[in-house]
Amino acid sequence: MTEKNTPLWEVFIRSRTGMAHRHCGSVHAADEEMALQAARDVYTRRGEGVSIWVVPSSAIVASDPSEKDVMFEPTASKIYRHPTFYEIPEEVGNM
Amino acid sequence: MYTQALNARDASDERSEDAALLAAFQARVDAEEKIEPNDWMPEAYRKTLVRQISQHAHSEIVGMLPEGNWITRAPTLKRKAALLAKVQDEGGHGLYLYSAAETLGVSREELTEQLLSSKAKYSSIFNYPTLTWADIGAIGWLVDGAAIMNQIPLCRCSFGPYSRAMIRVCKEESFHQRQGYELLLEMCRSSEEQKEMVQDALNRWWWPSLMMFGPSDTDSKHSAQSMAWKIKRFTNDELRQKFVDATVPQAHYLGLTLPDPDLKFNEDTGHWEYGEIDWEEFARVVAGNGPCNRERLAARRKAFDEGAWVREAALAYAEKRRNRREAARIAAE
Repeated sequence: MTEKNTPLWEVFIRSRTGMAHRHCGSVHAADEEMALQAARDVYTRRGEGVSIWVVPSSAIVASDPSEKDVMFEPTASKIYRHPTFYEIPEEVGNM
Repeated sequence: MYTQALNARDASDERSEDAALLAAFQARVDAEEKIEPNDWMPEAYRKTLVRQISQHAHSEIVGMLPEGNWITRAPTLKRKAALLAKVQDEGGHGLYLYSAAETLGVSREELTEQLLSSKAKYSSIFNYPTLTWADIGAIGWLVDGAAIMNQIPLCRCSFGPYSRAMIRVCKEESFHQRQGYELLLEMCRSSEEQKEMVQDALNRWWWPSLMMFGPSDTDSKHSAQSMAWKIKRFTNDELRQKFVDATVPQAHYLGLTLPDPDLKFNEDTGHWEYGEIDWEEFARVVAGNGPCNRERLAARRKAFDEGAWVREAALAYAEKRRNRREAARIAAE
């Protein structure tokens, strides 16, 4: 094959107004316009979305899963960040 | 199912990998954690998945051909619209699956090349011809029915991208089976001749549909490892039995006879017992000598070759626009 590889794009879809765009998959396309069209055909054949984002896959920066502990563990011990850490007398009512 | 050819073990995978990593990996799988593309995984797990997911993807793509054959000859506009939508879905399913395989580090171009050069297999079922309109109904009912039976447990596969693709596919595929059965029901109720056409389609598609589940458990070398890795949840024979149990009463409802003189209901087990599958036919079709193997591959190669100029033009146009934007940006500075 003499051809260059067709770039990969990540697809994000907003399922309803008011919801966030959510990653749903990827498509190959030569440019952004074709990526949007391909994403529409591949991921919204049954009214799954009201808006699509496509992002070049090469532009995504990801955390390293093997450094998951270093990255996220420090929050596990900070239970004072949660409302249930604080005691409020029942008489005060819902807070 | 779509991975009927996964029966040769690859000796190079047996090399030793870090025992601690392997144990940690198996523990995650056992705890029903999903494995994601960037997580550490045994090389054999990666290879098995690349082969399984890509064969599944190829099956979806080649599966468009036998049905595409009837789009222009559908008897009504309603049936034509349904068939078009179904074939488009199969294309979409192929794309979800290629994307899932690509997360494992193989490129779309490599996968396409493997299909076109016959290095990769696809499901044996798509090497049978669609001779009459009833075959379109039979494919929806039996072939998609068998596929759903196989794909529902794959929704719980340990590899995240594959499992997520399967959830999407299963959501969409139910319509495929229902439109097929409804179409056959309409034919069976309309005239004796049409009912005979349906019976003829069932006679031709029944056994190949049972073969879709792959070799029997005694001959399936990969099953045990795939089960331990939670890629597979049920063995080939278990899934085949579920399919037979679900499908036989549906055939009876249509007033049809299954082409198996040994088929009988076992009151004690509650299962339908079926006759011996012709494994020689299965081996022949998987090896490339079924009724339509050459025709299917020729059609895929033709589509690929004749689409080359489109892919090249799209990339050239994208590059030209990129260069123009770049020049405009420099000029503005």
